[in-house]
Amino acid sequence: MSKILLVEQKYVQAATDFRNLKNESGKFEMPDFRPGDTVIIAVRVIEGEKERIQNFQGIVLARRGSGINATFRVRKISNGVGVERIFPLFSPIISGIEVIKRGSVRRAKLYYLRGMSERKIRAKTS
Amino acid sequence: MLLGRKLGMTSIFSQTGEYIPCTVIEAGPCAVVQVRSKEKDGYTAVQIGFEDIPERKVSQPQIGHFKKSGVSPKRHLKEFRSDKVTLTPGEILTVDSILQKGDKVKVSGTSKGRGFQGVMKRHHFSGVGMSSHGQSDRQRHPGSIGSSSFPSRVFKGMRMAGRMGGTTISIRNLEVLDVMPEQNLLIIKGSIPGSINSIVEIVKL
Repeated sequence: MSKILLVEQKYVQAATDFRNLKNESGKFEMPDFRPGDTVIIAVRVIEGEKERIQNFQGIVLARRGSGINATFRVRKISNGVGVERIFPLFSPIISGIEVIKRGSVRRAKLYYLRGMSERKIRAKTS
Repeated sequence: MLLGRKLGMTSIFSQTGEYIPCTVIEAGPCAVVQVRSKEKDGYTAVQIGFEDIPERKVSQPQIGHFKKSGVSPKRHLKEFRSDKVTLTPGEILTVDSILQKGDKVKVSGTSKGRGFQGVMKRHHFSGVGMSSHGQSDRQRHPGSIGSSSFPSRVFKGMRMAGRMGGTTISIRNLEVLDVMPEQNLLIIKGSIPGSINSIVEIVKL
């Protein structure tokens, strides 16, 4: 098993290097974020030849997996419709992760926020 | 050609953000133990060995066989047929000397044994009929296995239940995603036959 971890480590490192390379403002920093935090994810969108950054802002519902297979789930409410996205933590399409608000929750998985109104979510995560 | 040990599966990212499933193989180093020639053996082939083994575990005739080519005793030996052989006995084959990123390979191994299995799992039959309307016990059955008075027998090769798995399976055109020479690791796109820790043969196409 340990040799597989070695491979994963190599590719986690490769992903980090790739992000550093793409980041104009220097080093990419992986913040320590938890479920309940409000984050902005900068996603690289490739449209034909061009490439631009699209931000996705929402609450982290859950983190799962380990090593290169780790993912996290972000939920936002856009025009009254709930939108949820699952990001692989080391995906090269992510060019930045920024925590804008720390949440205070008691669960590791916040799936119960799904049916709630925005006001109720605010009350639950602070 | 190489012998290797399947270590398991993981995933890696490509630069464009694709998430690629891959298998990690500990491939080589293998030693050329014997070269078979047309004149002496009637055919041309190379015998290679993989994984060192203590000399006390090897029988005397086997030790003689390894001594002839000057390699240390190996646990696994395998002969590969090939028309023109450029290798000499005693030569060491490593992953990076044979394969590189982007190559296509054929991987052969022994598939996982599944024991005695019914036709649905073994041959992808779809089962018989429905689960309601009085039918109670025929959902995973093969159905008819032939006609009546003619031919009055069941044809040979009729697909039925039986032992499944544990056979040699080859998959061609698998892509080499990466080679890690320091650890003798080979990373191949997709899955390969066999369980973890099973021995696989790798042939460059």
